[in-house]
Amino acid sequence: MRNRMLFAFVAGTCLLSGPALAQTLRIALSSEPTAIDPHYHDLTPNNALAAHIFEGLTKQDEKQKLLPGLATSWENDGQNKWTFKLRPNVTFSDGKPFVAEDVIFTFCRTLKNETAIAGSFADITGNFAAVEAPDPQTLVITTKAPDPLLPNFLSSVGILSSSIVPHDKLTFDPAKNCGVTGNWPVVGDFNDGKLAIGTGPYKFKSYVRGTGIEIERNEKYWGPAEPWTSVRFIPVPNPGPRLAGLLAGDYDVVENPAARDLGRIKDDKRFSYVVTPSTRVIYFQLDVGREQSPFVKADNGKNPLQDPRVRKAMSLAIDRDAIVKRIMDGAAEPAYQFLPTGMFGTLPNPPALRYDPAEAKKLLSEAGYSKGFQVTLATTNDRYINDSQIAQAVAQYLTQVGIRADVDAMTRAIYFPRRSKKEFSVALGGWGSTSGEASSFLKQWPATPDEAKTIGGSNYGDYSDAEFDKLIRAAITTLDDAKRSELLQKAGARVLESNAFIPLHFESSVWAYKSNLAYTGRADQFTMAMSVKPKQ
Amino acid sequence: MIAYVLQRLIQSILVLLAVSIVVFLAVYGIGDPIELLVPPQVSAAERAAMIRRLGLDLPVVQQYLMFLGNALKGDLGRSFVHGVPAVELILARLPATFELVLLAMSVAAAVGVPLGLLAGLNPESRSSRAIMAGTVLGFSLPSFWKGMMLVLLFSVALGWLPTAGRGETVSVLGIQTSLLTLDGLKHLILPALNLAIPNMALMIRLVAAGTSEAMSQDYVKYARAKGVRRKRIVGRHVLRNILVPVVTVAGMEFGSLVAFSTITETVFAWPGMGKLLIDSIYQLDRPVVVAYVLLATFLFVAVNFLVDILYAALDPRVKLIGEMA
Repeated sequence: MRNRMLFAFVAGTCLLSGPALAQTLRIALSSEPTAIDPHYHDLTPNNALAAHIFEGLTKQDEKQKLLPGLATSWENDGQNKWTFKLRPNVTFSDGKPFVAEDVIFTFCRTLKNETAIAGSFADITGNFAAVEAPDPQTLVITTKAPDPLLPNFLSSVGILSSSIVPHDKLTFDPAKNCGVTGNWPVVGDFNDGKLAIGTGPYKFKSYVRGTGIEIERNEKYWGPAEPWTSVRFIPVPNPGPRLAGLLAGDYDVVENPAARDLGRIKDDKRFSYVVTPSTRVIYFQLDVGREQSPFVKADNGKNPLQDPRVRKAMSLAIDRDAIVKRIMDGAAEPAYQFLPTGMFGTLPNPPALRYDPAEAKKLLSEAGYSKGFQVTLATTNDRYINDSQIAQAVAQYLTQVGIRADVDAMTRAIYFPRRSKKEFSVALGGWGSTSGEASSFLKQWPATPDEAKTIGGSNYGDYSDAEFDKLIRAAITTLDDAKRSELLQKAGARVLESNAFIPLHFESSVWAYKSNLAYTGRADQFTMAMSVKPKQ
Repeated sequence: MIAYVLQRLIQSILVLLAVSIVVFLAVYGIGDPIELLVPPQVSAAERAAMIRRLGLDLPVVQQYLMFLGNALKGDLGRSFVHGVPAVELILARLPATFELVLLAMSVAAAVGVPLGLLAGLNPESRSSRAIMAGTVLGFSLPSFWKGMMLVLLFSVALGWLPTAGRGETVSVLGIQTSLLTLDGLKHLILPALNLAIPNMALMIRLVAAGTSEAMSQDYVKYARAKGVRRKRIVGRHVLRNILVPVVTVAGMEFGSLVAFSTITETVFAWPGMGKLLIDSIYQLDRPVVVAYVLLATFLFVAVNFLVDILYAALDPRVKLIGEMA
């Protein structure tokens, strides 16, 4: 009966739709991009959408390895000068040719972007002392400070067509408006698609906030043509309805179905799913800088988190494998460092972070806390996958070795402002590396903050280690890859040893899709139509 | 009548003002939106510039006064998250919610009033008992669960209706509506049904209780004694009398569905206003939350006003006069 009904349904759909509709791909998203403007907000959903319509000079593959994009090659003079050779014979979706002027215009725009949410690429282009185009296919960027990761960051800056605003000769001179004579475009100007002109494999068709985004194949694309004539992204924030939509045939691909629901499609031949480890690491950040910490109470009146033996004991008390298996339903990998092994600047063989409650108890009594102490773990309950359950589990593990731990879970709207005011003692955190290499975490979290907060901006636990600071500061300005990798490895090992940050696991992303498709999951958690192909 | 309208108008303005203060302070009190908006790796200078641009560096009283000044000029501020005017965001969602609620309330009334009458006229009959038992279910099933069950039955198992989202729309007088396309209607059925069920139950209960009470009233007995036909007694006398509370409740329900049908909109990924409100609260998008609540308050005030006028039409004893009762 069920099969007959399914047959009737499928036959009916085919009769109604014909072959043209079969080439429309429908993807259900868990969070909707907030704008079409590629420079509005540096967020995963926004960047993923932008990558369909716009391209950067470089791009990252599904493992975040750097590939040529609109630049075919680039080189660095060992100092601050970078020369990019631009891809010839590329046109924008409106037919205008792509040249170096468009890149200069785009870089200027990120600095003249009045409506952007702070940090949306202006921190990258703000470091440019000069950008010149000796010829239309060559671009020379001179940075103020050495920036070894420039090519990585440029993969996220989508290149706009300079034809979208009136201009004279374009020069990289933001003080003089770069030669633009009209108004700089603002975020609202992109939403109706008039300015959404890029070189990407797809072009903009329509955007109705909350309802969906439609893009169609860019027939002028320089690379191999995409298999889908059009793609529709539908925001369905709730995981239950999202998966139901896949089961009912409304969507071809759904992003982030709940891992616990995967059993529903595991044995169903009509669907497949893929679990891809991401670079997002989940960890606890300990308040190690203060003599008194707000949520720790010990008999001796001190802050036990300042004792390295206590921190080591806390790490030993946690059974990471059990958390991955029971709470994450297998959709995670235990983390023994802050970026998955194998990525740039990571330790090649980090020692496994063992589960050893006996050793933990021993260390605690050595430190003078044989009777334990009291601590509250702070966590979000709506930001990371199963965040509050993870904190609950860790609290129980800590209690088993004598540390009386409870959990304070709250919505992110309350959690993040409180954390930035350093109101917690042990705080759950999550960090994905957009650059795909180790400095991203190390310079943001454990580094001692500098004046401008370009490093150490999230060091809420006031971890401060002069030796580590020396290593990370050297690493982020070292242009030589081998040397930089070595510095990052040393820096990472030092933070791990201190246990001021206790890594738990790397979140995996899950995509479920119809089994007549082939899907390649991405480590950066982008959901892209380019990852979907018809199955051969 | 004019005095009445004027008095209501002044009341409304005071209500709006009070609501704006409360909501503004409440959202301000929850936390700092900057921590949610700006990624942590941003430099201190960039962050400070952003805070200045959004006016978050000013004392809260000054922020409120600025908001009020702009609001009087018709500008309720720009969304922190989307960078476009808050009112534009809300109004873009209004048609989707309105058509959903309109359909839901029509279904609720069309089914609820006759069934309620039926149950109220013959309270002892078996069908009446079944109806009343059904209303208990209609009330007590949680909206979220009910929505998922509707989806599982009609979309996943039977494949008749789409699971979620808004279907094809057409533009009528500049307003996007999905009431006029087949695809749009198909998308509307399940969420509208989900919203309609509890309201249907509510109306059945109200009408049934009112009817059985009215049937024992002297005027009904008198009409009966006079030999008026039962149909006319029910249609002309009973129904008219019991409709006053029904209209009151329906009006209030309409308002609250338009403003806060969040759960149904979430389950069915319906791009309505309720979903916008929840998203905005989670993101501390204060301009949208404040503008939203102000518009919702305005809506309630307007609906209540309409309900009062309907009273007067339904019940000749009610007079619209300007004195405080």
